[in-house]
Amino acid sequence: MLAFVLTLVLLLSIVIVLAYAERKVAAFMQDRMGPTEAGPYGSLQAVLDVLKLLQKEDIVPAAADKKLFKLAPILIFAAVFAGFAVIPFTPDLVPAGIGIGVFYLLAIISLDVVGLLMAGWGSNNKYAMLGAMRSVAQIVSYEIPAALAILSAVMVCQSLDFQEISYQQGVLMNFFPGLGSEVNWLFGLEALGINTTYVGGITTWNIFRAPILLVSFIIYFIASLAESNRAPFDIPEAESELVAGFHVEYSGFRFAMLFLAEYSMMVLVSLVAVILFLGSWNTPLPNLGPIRLAYWTTGTVGELSGMLWGGFWLLSKTFMLLFLQLQIRWTYPRLRVDQLMHLCWKVLTPIALAVVLIAGIWRLLMI
Amino acid sequence: MEQKTIKHKFSFWHVVKSLASGLRLTWKHFRNAKNRRTPEYVTDKNYFNQPEGLVTLKYPYEAIPVPDNGRYRLHNEIDDCIVCDLCAKICPVNCITIESVKATEEIGMTSDGTKKRLYAPVFDIDMAKCCYCGLCTTVCPTDCLTMTPVYDFAEVDIKNMIYHFTDLSLEQAEEKKQLLAKQQEEMAAAKAAALAARNKG
Repeated sequence: MLAFVLTLVLLLSIVIVLAYAERKVAAFMQDRMGPTEAGPYGSLQAVLDVLKLLQKEDIVPAAADKKLFKLAPILIFAAVFAGFAVIPFTPDLVPAGIGIGVFYLLAIISLDVVGLLMAGWGSNNKYAMLGAMRSVAQIVSYEIPAALAILSAVMVCQSLDFQEISYQQGVLMNFFPGLGSEVNWLFGLEALGINTTYVGGITTWNIFRAPILLVSFIIYFIASLAESNRAPFDIPEAESELVAGFHVEYSGFRFAMLFLAEYSMMVLVSLVAVILFLGSWNTPLPNLGPIRLAYWTTGTVGELSGMLWGGFWLLSKTFMLLFLQLQIRWTYPRLRVDQLMHLCWKVLTPIALAVVLIAGIWRLLMI
Repeated sequence: MEQKTIKHKFSFWHVVKSLASGLRLTWKHFRNAKNRRTPEYVTDKNYFNQPEGLVTLKYPYEAIPVPDNGRYRLHNEIDDCIVCDLCAKICPVNCITIESVKATEEIGMTSDGTKKRLYAPVFDIDMAKCCYCGLCTTVCPTDCLTMTPVYDFAEVDIKNMIYHFTDLSLEQAEEKKQLLAKQQEEMAAAKAAALAARNKG
């Protein structure tokens, strides 16, 4: 229960920061100023936006399918929020440390699609319907390269537990029950003879343990942009064509829920990318001989220092990815539907399949 | 100049390179966001030397100065006005309304030394009708009617677009009218008396 409240509060604060950052980053990249009035440098803008949304009338269109319409935002947010249950925030804090976390996450995020379709269909609006159809087509398609990219990481790590995957990518590996005698070699190759178990830092991140995972990280990142309906894959919400896509009829609190779910999805996919590929809550600084940077910036597991360092590294890496998502949104134009499907089925999926094969071979070399 | 056909290159590395150059571009703008354009007049040396940084100004707090000969909101310095009515006559859209009352004696001098002999109980300029041609300011003999650099004066109620420049209250105006009427009565009486005296004589 405590984990639930903590996660919710953390998520809400991250989303508020992200919504503010989105406006500021967009403004700066377009040589504008962004919000300046509310609070110092407009920092209260996102909070005030939420307060405004909460005060607004909750309009349900007369011709809408009321049950579906009302249920959809809750389902969408619940699906995304449930994904956070398996995310390890620090070495010893994970809301629900189940052994099949990765599998659970993929399954529960797919529920999002049902919610989107409910919202689009329930609104009884052609734009909402078109948006929902595009959204579903896109998310279902992009789940395949995303899942294949995740699969390659899972094959290298030989685990579906996010926490175990996290421990494998740093100096704390031997502290995890069952990994006590495991050894990390540079690039995962024992033949090179460089033991990085106690070097840690960036050398034990998954993209270093098996460099092929760098490719699957890029594939996952692109697919995750599509899954969270972010530009350049935002055709479900294409403002200029579909007004706002599936949430065109929503207002007030329900719109706030959809908005929250969208940004939570961004946070969630970034967290998953960080955990699977970029070393999770592990420090990027390696031990260099007597300069034990990795130990200094890891803290002690089970104590406050470990919690703070873990949370700090996880969140800072996540914010780096989130910033990249924002920058991509304000850099690239939107893809056409056919280009979107071309990229998914003819480019990303074949590459992801090849990467899965190579990752499997790499794993054989790692033993 | 020789015209070249632009060929699109679709090879993998060209695509990656063009994606990266896009990111570099936005990143450059993001990094330059610490610089800001300063509100300077167009003749300032710095005006065209600010190619980088944020281009927006915080408008109500900062604004680029307008030219001195720009034509914006009218202002009438009523102390200098001799109520000659030239501005109202030249106005192509009839946005200036003036009523004048003759003074019983000289009221004073304008700052350029012209004697004032008229009161203006009504001197209204309807800025909603004004076409900003500036003719009124050119005909004004005492240069009391001028264009100010104020351009941001939108109002919710259009009645507020009528600017009242008179310095007389309604009561004062009434008083001046009565004074004039009295003086004219007296003059008429004096004239009648003089006429009667002449007729007698």
